[in-house]
Amino acid sequence: MAVPFSYNIRNLLVRKTTTLMTASGIALSVAILVASLALVDGLRAVFDNSANPLQLLVLRKGGNSELGSTVSTEDFEILRAKSGIAIDRGGQPLVSQELVNVANLPSSQNPKGMNVTVRGLSPVGIKMRNVRLVTGRWFQSGKREVVIGKAVSDRYPSARMGNHIRFGKGDWEITGVMDGGESVINSEIWGDFNQVSADYNRQDSSSSVLMRATDPVAMDALQHSVEADPRLNASTITESAYYQSQTALGAPLEFLGILVSAIMAIGSGFATANVMYATVVRRGKEIGTLKTLGFSEGSILLSFLSESVLLAGFAGVMGCLMALPLNWVTTGVGNMMSFSEIAFRFHVSIEALLSGLIFAVVLGTAGGALPARAAARKEILTALREA
Amino acid sequence: MEIVIETKNLSKDYMRDDNSVTALKNVSLEVRCGEFIALMGPSGSGKSTLLHLIAAMDRPSEGEVLVLGQDLRGFRKRQLARWRNRRIGFIFQAFNLIPVLTALENVMLPLKLTILDAKEQVEHARTALELVGLGDRFHHFPRQLSGGQEQRVAIARAIATDPDFILADEPTGNLDAVSANDVLGLLAALNNEHGKTILMVTHDPHAARFAKTTRYLDKGMLLPEGQVPQDWMATPVPPPSATTPAAQAQAQ
Repeated sequence: MAVPFSYNIRNLLVRKTTTLMTASGIALSVAILVASLALVDGLRAVFDNSANPLQLLVLRKGGNSELGSTVSTEDFEILRAKSGIAIDRGGQPLVSQELVNVANLPSSQNPKGMNVTVRGLSPVGIKMRNVRLVTGRWFQSGKREVVIGKAVSDRYPSARMGNHIRFGKGDWEITGVMDGGESVINSEIWGDFNQVSADYNRQDSSSSVLMRATDPVAMDALQHSVEADPRLNASTITESAYYQSQTALGAPLEFLGILVSAIMAIGSGFATANVMYATVVRRGKEIGTLKTLGFSEGSILLSFLSESVLLAGFAGVMGCLMALPLNWVTTGVGNMMSFSEIAFRFHVSIEALLSGLIFAVVLGTAGGALPARAAARKEILTALREA
Repeated sequence: MEIVIETKNLSKDYMRDDNSVTALKNVSLEVRCGEFIALMGPSGSGKSTLLHLIAAMDRPSEGEVLVLGQDLRGFRKRQLARWRNRRIGFIFQAFNLIPVLTALENVMLPLKLTILDAKEQVEHARTALELVGLGDRFHHFPRQLSGGQEQRVAIARAIATDPDFILADEPTGNLDAVSANDVLGLLAALNNEHGKTILMVTHDPHAARFAKTTRYLDKGMLLPEGQVPQDWMATPVPPPSATTPAAQAQAQ
């Protein structure tokens, strides 16, 4: 039978300051870990939500990003004629020729400016995405008009409805703000394909071609057909795989977060051990008394270990609560594949919170194991003499 | 009467700064069921050492301790812990209550190790506290009690499991005269009215008067019954007077 749990809870409550100080150290490590996981989760959600599983991205042969890719108009016409492509209500194939470049916009965080992706596309390209206009109207063909993503509107003071932003060969009027949910669309600026191409002197080519297959089987056939076509200087990648590969840009951030958490955890672990060792010494007489009453070494070990885990568990909850407000924070990260910034919201998931709690409990167990063992192995008379 | 505690040629040597110090030497003692023995002697005479050996809180260098005929030498630590819980009630000089637990919870501690369910544990603890006159202090923490009341809680804790015998190590050492009398009276009552076997270590002749028998230890050796150490400066314990509970019990 174990020593009553209330004994441990009340001891932690009695030592409020020590408990709070120790818990704060662990909580900070937990908060950093949860924040790192939430960051990567948020980024992953953006890329996951950006892809349609039936869409295929065509880039130049060997290309791995839209920014560095060129697909000729001739190739586009060949691609449009392929079989297995879905069509819209008007009978038009869902194939979008798109030009991708970057525009530099000053932001409050970076007055020198940050790169934002500019995408030139035709109405079919809009139709192929899950996007809606929040305010204003869509850009008109042949005009220097753009619609900006919601995150661009939120993060760049110059990017507001009715304002003009400068890129390409001149100023572009912002006619609307679009919302693509938690996807990269919100971090992009969209304009008419022909107008954007003209401004970047790329009238005879595009960066990529986006195609939608009728069904998964057709998707495979379409991909094979494009890859095997000797007339085309193109390679294909599913939209899902394309964005999944970009998720990797969160890996260094995740690694850094976990590294910082691990380093802090070592410190917190030692702090926990130190506090628990002091507790064991201070409560020597109580340990001796419990043993005299008949509690075994195992019960004493379990009791002190529980106290350490309880402390760490409380710290874990504290850390999770500290990280929770991040759920409402949007930040940006530089995408090395598009040389532009992608805005995303931290995503503090249940899994991230559970990971934080487990991390705290592991920390408490590791920090409390040796002191608990020392408590259990105290000889009764030695323990009773400690006051 | 049945022998509850029996020590045979019990010796205990300690190492202190590379020197061997003898704390007990060939102590043979018998405590029979229902006895209340006061163990007296000057400081360093080995009183507490003997108590600790009987409670299996320490191991003897030589000799054996038999409790109800059972030799404890072959017991493992876990078995000894269980044995202590079932057989002994221990009363400390400094009460040794757990400060974060209430009086009731302190008394319930040894009951946690028994087969009693939670409700029965509470009932037993309440009964024990009522027996020591603290029926109105169940939910008081040790810091809210006087020294005498704390020692009463400790006594309730010692008797809660209905052990075979009670070992008391200077139970009045930290108490004022009035509280000491209360506690000693309570021990005497437990012995007289409830038949509890008690072995009490004390250096206070007044405390010893509450016991039925007083034995002396001198330089680690147990003196024959009735013999007092030659250099014992304290007043020898007079025979139980008519006013002590022991005498009253004997008269009955």
